[in-house]
Amino acid sequence: MLTSDDDILAQAETWAKAGKGVAVATVVETWGSAPRPVGSHLVIDEDGTFLGSVSGGCVEGEVVTEALDVIGSGKPRLLEFGVADETAWRSGLSCGGRIAVYVEKVG
Amino acid sequence: MDLKLLSALNAARRARKAAVLVTDLDGGPARIVTEDVLAGDRLEEPIRAALRSGRSGVVGETRTFLTVQVPPAQMVVIGAVHISQALVPLARLLGYDPVIVDPRTAFATKERFPDVTVHAEWPDVALPPLNVDRYTAFIALTHDPKIDDPALIHAFERDCFYIGALGSRKTHAKRVERLGAQGVSAEAMARIKAPVGLAIGAITPAEIAVSIMAEVTQAWRQGIA
Repeated sequence: MLTSDDDILAQAETWAKAGKGVAVATVVETWGSAPRPVGSHLVIDEDGTFLGSVSGGCVEGEVVTEALDVIGSGKPRLLEFGVADETAWRSGLSCGGRIAVYVEKVG
Repeated sequence: MDLKLLSALNAARRARKAAVLVTDLDGGPARIVTEDVLAGDRLEEPIRAALRSGRSGVVGETRTFLTVQVPPAQMVVIGAVHISQALVPLARLLGYDPVIVDPRTAFATKERFPDVTVHAEWPDVALPPLNVDRYTAFIALTHDPKIDDPALIHAFERDCFYIGALGSRKTHAKRVERLGAQGVSAEAMARIKAPVGLAIGAITPAEIAVSIMAEVTQAWRQGIA
């Protein structure tokens, strides 16, 4: 089933209330063509379970990894993703746009 | 983000209230602003603009992010008709929460509408408890003035973002006459999309449902937004 922002933030609340470490990732800026609009959420729990999306699937893996760090440290992070570059280690967006994603811990 | 803020944001959504989460991207404390406490806020203007547009975004030089949350759109369909059977699953897929109102019990059966709430009552009884509001798409499909007309009047009163009614131009002209006689303003009348749906040459009930859903989407994204 497709999830709405409604389900996504409700899930984050449920996880947090169950005592899990939870992070919320939000698309805060986009430049050029971007797969998901500003304000889109991805929520992640401490086990790496996630719901929602901040891109068409291009950078979710990396956002989840960063989110686990954020859950550990408690310090928010601003991530930027640009065009996919096969030689780079970081993942990128195949659509050619750029996005900024803010990742913060709940609690 | 504080868990209390997340809970408050989710509570506002459940109560169908618009809210804005203000986040300092440099890591400062976040807060929630709702329409009733907006006056005098240091970000009053950008927050008001964000609520109007329904769009989240960065404002100011201090890297502040506004997460705008407007209530999820609901849909009220008057008439448990063939088009409604196609419209309900489509509306669901697009994130709407549809309900059907039709006092004609032969139409409003569980067999015809297995997975949706159908109120088999007259609009004056069924509609008030449904909290029809400006985040509601309202579609009258019975073709029967006894049912559609009072329902449409309710939709005007609640300022629905989309109000559509089935019927040819000729049928609609008669409807305008009838509603006018009941004191509905020309301004309110001009808001009715009739014939309902975008002109895509739809013939089958499913195609008509697509044309209605496309017009509702347009109103939601370009009207409220």
